[in-house]
Amino acid sequence: MKQALRISCTRRNLKVVRDFVSEFLTGYGLSEVLINQIVLAVDEVVANLIIHGNGEDESKHLDVRVDVKNHEFGIELEDTNRTSYSPGSYQEPDLQEYVRIGKKGGVGMMLVNRIMDRVEFTTHNSHNICRLYKHLA
Amino acid sequence: MKITQNSTDTTLTLLLDGELDASSSVLLDNELSKPEILRYQKILVDCRQLNYISSAGLGVFISHLQTFQDANVKLIFFNMQEKVHNVFEILGLDSLMTIVPSLAEAEAA
Repeated sequence: MKQALRISCTRRNLKVVRDFVSEFLTGYGLSEVLINQIVLAVDEVVANLIIHGNGEDESKHLDVRVDVKNHEFGIELEDTNRTSYSPGSYQEPDLQEYVRIGKKGGVGMMLVNRIMDRVEFTTHNSHNICRLYKHLA
Repeated sequence: MKITQNSTDTTLTLLLDGELDASSSVLLDNELSKPEILRYQKILVDCRQLNYISSAGLGVFISHLQTFQDANVKLIFFNMQEKVHNVFEILGLDSLMTIVPSLAEAEAA
């Protein structure tokens, strides 16, 4: 069953999205670890869209749509920001190097790519859509 | 996120209560950035009430780890919930950081 949510671009809404996704996934018989992984992957992308894509501008919004089809969870995250967030040139970081230099950020997309089966970023007519998919074993 | 501190002469224990995400991780970063924290021999992080951690929370620990190591301060996590431990495992951070099951093992580490 498809469900949707619209939030304004503030960090305070990160928990709103996490709770929305977590509640949606309850009832599919998934383990607590798997639900947490999916919620985490969504949270990482939503945080990037709110903070980096939309500069935490509360007048902007993000549309969240979730669905399960053929045992596959799918989520669409859509905003209308002119400068789309798309980690197209993403390379996995060296965590030991991050520790050595004391780097604070940069592991979010590493988590997303390791957790989700497919990660897609598209832009069409100033609408940016990120889609994440995970097969529910 | 609520952070409760207990200390002895040599050990600082931080009880993390709640969810550590891009919104709340600044609280933890502020605590770990205080210069006086480097006078302890051990920082024990009690994770029993830590229900969630995102990359922002992990990043706080990653960013301070080298400073702690250089100052001979041991950072030790204990009582970690399985779903939170799994997040450390996904990135391989469980091999870069010390995570033990119980307070007794944290104190002995």
